[in-house]
Formats: sequence, structure tokens, C-alpha cells
Amino acid sequence: MIEVENVSFSYPNNIEALKDASLLINDGEFVAIMGQNGAGKTTLVKHFNGLLKPSKGIVRIDHVETTKTSVAALAKDSGFVFQNPDHQLFSETVEEEIAFALKNFGFEKDIIEKRITWSLNLLGLSQYRKTSPFLLSGGERKRVALASVLAWNPKTLILDEPTIGQDHRQKENLRQFIIQMQTQKKTVVIVTHDVEFVAECNPRVLLMKDGTIVADGEGKEILTNPELLNQSSIVLPQIAKIFHSLSSYGLPKNVIDLYEAKNILLKVLEERK
Amino acid sequence: MSIIEIENLTYTYPGGKKPSIDDISLKVNKGEFVLITGPSGCGKTTLCRCFNGLIPNFYQGELKGEITVKGLKTSSKQTYELAKYVGLVFQNPENQLFALSIEKDVAFGLENLGVNRKDIRKRVDWALKQVGIYDLRERSPHEVSGGQQQRVAIASVLAMRPELIVLDEPTSFLDPLSAEKIFKVIHELNTKLGITVVLVEHRLDLTARYSDRIIIMDKGKICQDGKPRKILISEETRLLGVGIPKATLLYHMLTKDGCNLDNSIPLSSEELASFLKESLETHD
Repeated sequence: MIEVENVSFSYPNNIEALKDASLLINDGEFVAIMGQNGAGKTTLVKHFNGLLKPSKGIVRIDHVETTKTSVAALAKDSGFVFQNPDHQLFSETVEEEIAFALKNFGFEKDIIEKRITWSLNLLGLSQYRKTSPFLLSGGERKRVALASVLAWNPKTLILDEPTIGQDHRQKENLRQFIIQMQTQKKTVVIVTHDVEFVAECNPRVLLMKDGTIVADGEGKEILTNPELLNQSSIVLPQIAKIFHSLSSYGLPKNVIDLYEAKNILLKVLEERK
Repeated sequence: MSIIEIENLTYTYPGGKKPSIDDISLKVNKGEFVLITGPSGCGKTTLCRCFNGLIPNFYQGELKGEITVKGLKTSSKQTYELAKYVGLVFQNPENQLFALSIEKDVAFGLENLGVNRKDIRKRVDWALKQVGIYDLRERSPHEVSGGQQQRVAIASVLAMRPELIVLDEPTSFLDPLSAEKIFKVIHELNTKLGITVVLVEHRLDLTARYSDRIIIMDKGKICQDGKPRKILISEETRLLGVGIPKATLLYHMLTKDGCNLDNSIPLSSEELASFLKESLETHD
């Protein structure tokens, strides 16, 4: 469980990146944090594994205040995958990259071996096991970073812009994977601009603006509210856009799912024949 | 007239087991807006690096075949000579920013070309305004967000007013509204100034509408090349796992289930919405 109580945070240059933010994320939840560049999204999630400590307020992870424990202790339970994979990759081979954290956490050799195989398979990277991460494409490096965190099986996964550089199929895999994590009662927090991905997943959405949380609710409701989205520089997902411009024909506005859209439109077009 | 001509190009990175580009031949005409897409790791970025001579002048490895840009053979010209004609915006902006302030970064290329001071000022301001970061011009490019860095990288290239701009997922760190704005700017550069655009993107939802032509790559080869509407509705494209715009998909699903929308294939939600309005009105 992640508890954030009236948290403010200022960087050394006195820019206040978080202003009195409060929220509660329960185990097994899937939360997408959205908002424009510089809204404080990454600053907020860096509090979830103790990388940043609040200037004011309290952050508790499973009832433990982050100021009263170390990042190392928090890291085992919350895996963080950065926006830019080059900020976390450094090993000679993909395999060593994934083994690094596992070794640090003191896993046995045969378990490390198994975990590497498992996480590479899961992310379609098995063929690159012995390759240098730096020979891979941007999208593939992003997946190596994810694999290296998944391998130690953290309770909470924090993914900063996980869909950047990923093709359609990889995004679908990511979605399936997140669903799988949820069935294991794991918490997944993503920071993203990818409205289409969020529309496909329909998670809980937190909308941020200027360091504050301006909305918190079901994806389907928030992503179909143009006034709310606009102030955070987010646009309506494609399907919602279509339904908004057809609302004068008596169609609902809160549609983000492709199949739901198809069924509604088929019915309406059929009736008008 | 073609601005890029590639014949039987094959390239393998040093230490690479298979070629990243496998026998590609391609012509891009002057003034075209070409969208390149395909699964991650298919060779899109590698191809971009060939357009301005980074391959083979900076990246070693094995290159076979011929590539000319504006009639210049990239293998025998230095990257700085090509830079006058080709601007490349990288996927990761940190890889191309280095100056102490944003405006200095944007001015750097122009200084190297020997443009006079007054014109540099004008072109830098213009480029900064185009991408909406004029107010940030005195900040360091390393203290702004990833999305803002991407805008700096784009402005640096815009300021050079190249004949050909190659952009490799140029808005991946930007919020959707800013991304839409940047794509509009790129489209305007193409239509108003006649700059040839090669854009690498996964998000066809945002970009297909601006392109004259879509190229789909897979495993280092070009497997589809043609008009956007034709490419995006084809079965082959869907099987490749390309992210077809939702509007195009929805149109496809509706017509498959017997709806006669009687229009050309939509590339954006705006287009599909207007087709649907027509249908809803005629049936009234």
C-alpha cells in the first residue's frame, strides 16, 4: 500500500514540483498518472520507492515512512523503470544486466538463471541474451530495463513512460502483462502520455497539473472529459473524439473502447436504416 | 525529382550477427512526406542514420550498396557537408544537446555554416517559436524536461532550414497536445516550405493523416510501401502488428459487419466522425 499525505517537494533550485499531494494506492491496483510535461508526475512516483523524500508531508509504503528507511530496503519491494533506459543500463550483455540486481539482492545462482530466462521470455528478448544492450534499438533497450526489474519480482512496479518506442504488438504484450500482475495482487503504477494505451487498459487515472493532483477516477470517465484533459495538455483518445463529435445524434460521450464503439455504432446505423 | 536514392543497401553493425538493413532500395521524392513504421528493432533508426551519413562515417560496420542524398554519395561526403541539406532529429534528445543554453544549442549549426549574426538571431528565434520554447531560450538544455529537450532538438534542426528533415520518433517524450502541435508544425514545413520529411513513428493515430506515403519495415527489409489509405486497410499490415489508427480499424470493423459507409478509408477520428455524420443524416 502506498500512502501519500499532503506531500510537497522542492528541488534544490527551489522549483516546487509537488504541492500538497495526497493519495492512496492499494495493493493490486493499476494506476496511470497523466499530465503535461513538468506537471510533477515523475517527481511523485520517485517518492514511491524513496528515491525522493518529501520536503513536507509523509509517504508510507506498507505503513513504513520512507524517511525512516533506506532506498535499498524499499527497492526490493518496488521496482522502478526509468523513462530513459540509458539511465539504468550499463552491463556488457543483456544477461548480466538482469543478473546484476538479483546478485545484489543475494539470490542463489540457479534462481538467478531461472529468473533471467523467465523475464527474457516474457518480454521477447531471449535471442538477445548474450548481446550488448547498447546494440539494441531504443524500444528493445526499454524492454531490457523492464526485464531487469521484473526479474526480482517486486511487489510494486513503477513504470515511467513504458510505451515509448514500443510497437503495437509490444504494447499489447505490456497490457497483458499488467493484467497478469494484477491477478497476482501486484501494484502497477505507470506514468504516461499515451492516451490510446490508457484507453485500452482503462485503469484508475490520476491527472496532474502544476504539481497537484487535479483528478482521480476511472479511466473511462476522465479520458472522456475534454475540459479536464485540456488543462493537462492531454487529448481525447481517438474513439472518444469520434463519440464527442457525434453526441448531437444521441450517442453517449463516455466511450473509449473500440469494441464498445463498434457495437453502439452498428446498432444506431441499423436503427436508422 | 528524388532527393534520396538508395540501391541495394545492406548494413551490419560492428559485432552484429545479422544485417540491420537487408538489401533495401528506395527513392524519396523532393517534397514528399514519408512515414516509416514497423516493429521495434526492424531497422528504422538504422536507416535514418544512413540518410545523413552517420552510417558509415560515424558508425563502423559493414555497408554494401549505394546511397545518395541530393545527388551526394553519403559514403564519400562528411556528415558536416550533408548537414546543410539533411537535418536529423534523434529519438533520444540527450544524445544531441550539449550547449550551455538552449538558444546556443539551436544556433550552433548555423554558426558552423557561417551564417551572419543577424540572420542567426532571426532563424533561432523563429525556430524556438515554432516549437513553443522561446521563453526557455536562456535555460540550460539539460535542466528542462525530456519533452522540452525534444523540442530543443527539433528547433536546432528547423533553424538550419534543411531541404530534408529526418525525424526518429521526435515527440515520444511529449504530452499528446504538444505532440499534435509538433506534428502540425512538421506538416506545415512540408506543405508551406516544401521541405521533404521522413518521419519514423509508431503512433500512426497522430501522423498518418499528414503523410503522402507509408513505408513499413520488418526485419531490415521494406515490406510495404504505398498510399496511406491503401496500406493501412490491408490485411498484411495488420498481420505485421503495426498500430493502425483506431478510426481506420473501427471503419474496417463496421464495413466488415455490413455497414455501408460509402467513403474512402479514414485516417483520423475527424475523418471517420464526418463519414458517420453523413450516414446518420442520410438515414434520418
